[in-house]
Amino acid sequence: MPKLDSSPERASQQAPGLGHDLASPDFYAVRALLTEEERQVQETVGRFVDERVLPIIAECFERERFPRELVPEMARLGLFGATFSDYGCAGLSNVAYGLIMQELERGDSGVRSFASVQSGLCMFPIHRYGSDEQKRRWLPAMARGEKIGCFGLTEPDGGSDPGAMKTTARKTGGDWVLSGAKMWITNGTIADIAIVWAMTDAGVRGFLVERGMPGYTTRDIHHKFSLRASITSELFFDNVRVPEANRLPLAEGLGAPLSCLTQARYGIAWGGVGAAIACYREALAFARQRVLFGEPLIHKQAIQVRLADMLRRITTGQLLALQLGRLKDAGTMHHAQVSLAKWNNVRLGLDVARDARDLLGAGGISVECCPIRHMLNLESVITYEGTETIHQLIVGREITGVSAF
Amino acid sequence: MKILVVIKQVPDSTTTIRVRPDAEDIERAGVKMVVNPFDEFAIELAVQLREKRQDVASITALTVGPAAAAEALRTVLAIGADDGIHLQDPAFDRLDELQTAALVAATVKDAGYDLILRGKQEIDLDSGQLGPALAELLDLPHVGAATRFELSADGKRFAANRRIEGADEVVEGSLPAVVTIEKGLVECRYPSLPNLMKAKKKPVRTVTAADVPGVSDIVGALGGTQVHRLEPPPQRPPGKVLKGEPAEMAAQLVRLLREEAKVV
Repeated sequence: MPKLDSSPERASQQAPGLGHDLASPDFYAVRALLTEEERQVQETVGRFVDERVLPIIAECFERERFPRELVPEMARLGLFGATFSDYGCAGLSNVAYGLIMQELERGDSGVRSFASVQSGLCMFPIHRYGSDEQKRRWLPAMARGEKIGCFGLTEPDGGSDPGAMKTTARKTGGDWVLSGAKMWITNGTIADIAIVWAMTDAGVRGFLVERGMPGYTTRDIHHKFSLRASITSELFFDNVRVPEANRLPLAEGLGAPLSCLTQARYGIAWGGVGAAIACYREALAFARQRVLFGEPLIHKQAIQVRLADMLRRITTGQLLALQLGRLKDAGTMHHAQVSLAKWNNVRLGLDVARDARDLLGAGGISVECCPIRHMLNLESVITYEGTETIHQLIVGREITGVSAF
Repeated sequence: MKILVVIKQVPDSTTTIRVRPDAEDIERAGVKMVVNPFDEFAIELAVQLREKRQDVASITALTVGPAAAAEALRTVLAIGADDGIHLQDPAFDRLDELQTAALVAATVKDAGYDLILRGKQEIDLDSGQLGPALAELLDLPHVGAATRFELSADGKRFAANRRIEGADEVVEGSLPAVVTIEKGLVECRYPSLPNLMKAKKKPVRTVTAADVPGVSDIVGALGGTQVHRLEPPPQRPPGKVLKGEPAEMAAQLVRLLREEAKVV
C-alpha cells in the first residue's frame, strides 16, 4: 500500500485494509469492484504492456513506426474481439474489454487504436451486421491477427457529419460500384479488409472492400505530430466493383456505422484513463526525486496541488468508466452516456498529460518521457471518434431534446 | 506421465512492502499478488513438455495458501495446467517451508506423480527449501536450480544441467523426481484471455486440514521454525555530495573511501 507520505507514524495511523493505492493509482479501491476474471485480464494485459510495449514505444513514436510485430502477440493473448464468445474469441465482459483498452493506452494511444479498430470498428460490424459466411470467413482470422481491418467512414471533407458523405455505391447488375475517398483511416495501408460506408439510393450501407480489388488504393498520411506509432491512411475508390456478397446484409442506414463508433468510443473512455495513469506515475516519480530549492519537489505546495488534481481526475475517470462498463454489461448503456465518458476521460487524459509534461520541466520535452507522447497522441484521440464538441452536443441534445449540431 | 507443479502466490516485485503495525506480517491489503516467477518457469516447462511429447497425461497445479491464492492457481490453469489442488486452512497459515513440504507430501504421496516441478526459490521469503524438502520427504531424487531439463524418449529418465561455480554440472536420474527450476530454462508465455476464461471451468480441489489424515502429527513431529516478527530494513543513509574544484573533490573522495567506506 504505497503512500505519498512514508513517515512511519503516518503509515501506522492508516486504517488497515483500506487499500487505497496512490501509486498505481487506485485511490478509491476500484480494483476491489472488479471480478477476479477482470483483475486477471488487467494484470495480464498490463504485464504485456510493461514488458513488450513500453520498452519500444518511444522509439516507434520517434521514428513514425507502427510496431506491427506486436500484432501476433496481441492475437495470441486474445485481445481482438475479446467480448465475443464465438469464433475463437474469449467471451469477456465489457468491463474486462475496457480494462484491456486502459492498459493498452497506458502504453500508447496508437497501440490501443489498433486494437480498437480491429475489435470495435471491424470485428464488431461483421459480427453484428454480417452474414454467416462473412463471419466465418473473417472473424476467426481477425481474432488470430492474420487479417487486419480498417474502418472507412470519415471523408476528406469532414467527419462530424457522416450523413453528408460523398462516397457512393451504385447497384450495377448483381454487384455494387463504389466511388469516393475516405480519410484519417487507422490501419488503412496494412488492412486486408476495409469496412466502407457508402451512400446508396436506399441510404447508407456497409461494404467489405478487400485489398486487391481493382480500383481500390490506399496511401499513408505522413507528417503527423500525433499517433506516430500508428498507421493513418487515405482510401480511394475508383469505381471499385464489390459483390453483393460483400455487403453487410443487416446494416441499414447511418445507425449501423454509428453503433460501431459507440463501441470504439466506449473503449476510448477507458483508454483516456490509461494514458493519464502513465503520465501521473511519471510525474510522481520525478517529483519525488527532483530537488528544487533544497528539497524534493513533492514538498512544494504547488506540486502537491497538481498531483492531487491529477489523482482527482484519474479517480473520477476510473469510476465513470467502470459504471459505464457495468451498464454496457447489463445491456442498458445509452450512447449519450458513452459520449459523456469519452468526452470526460479523453479530456482528463489530455489535461493530466499536459500538466505532467509541464511538471517534468525541460526533460519533459524529450520522447524519453511519456507525457509529451501521450499529450500529442491525445490531440488525435480528442478529435477522432467524435470530437469533444460533438459529444458535448450529444449530451446537450439529451438534456434539452433539441439537436443543436 | 503425471506432472505436479507446486506454486506459491507472492507479492508482486513492483509493490511497496510495508510491515504491519503488529509486526507479524506484511500489510496485504491492496498489495498485488502474483505467481512466484520461478514457479512460472516450472509450469511453462510442464506445458512445453506436453507440447513436445505424447506421454504427458496430466499437469496438476498445487498451492498452499489463503482463499486469495485461488487467483494464482487460476493463472497457472490458464497457462496450461489441467486441474488444481488448493491446500487452504487457517491451520496452514503459519507453517514454515519444511512443515509445508510435509503437508504437501502427505497430500500427494499416493497420487503417483512422475515429475514434480517447482521454482528454485520464492521471491518473497526466499527460502528455496520446499522443493528439496518435498523430495526428501517423498524419498525422491532432486535436482536444484536446473538450467536445462530433458526427458528420455521412453519417459523413464531425465537429464538436467545445473550452473555451478565455473562449470555446468550435467546430471541424470530416473523418474519419479523433484526438479526446481532456475531462471532462463524456459521463456514464459502470457496466459491468453480465452484460456483465462476456460480456466474458470477447470476443476480445483480444496483440501483442508481435515482432509489430510494425521496432518497435525506429521507436521508437529518435524518441529520447525516460527516467524518471530518482521522488521522493515533500516533507512538508507543519505548520499554525500562533494563540492569544490575537481582536484579537491578527488582528494575528499579518496579520504572518504579510505576513512569512512574503508575500501581503499
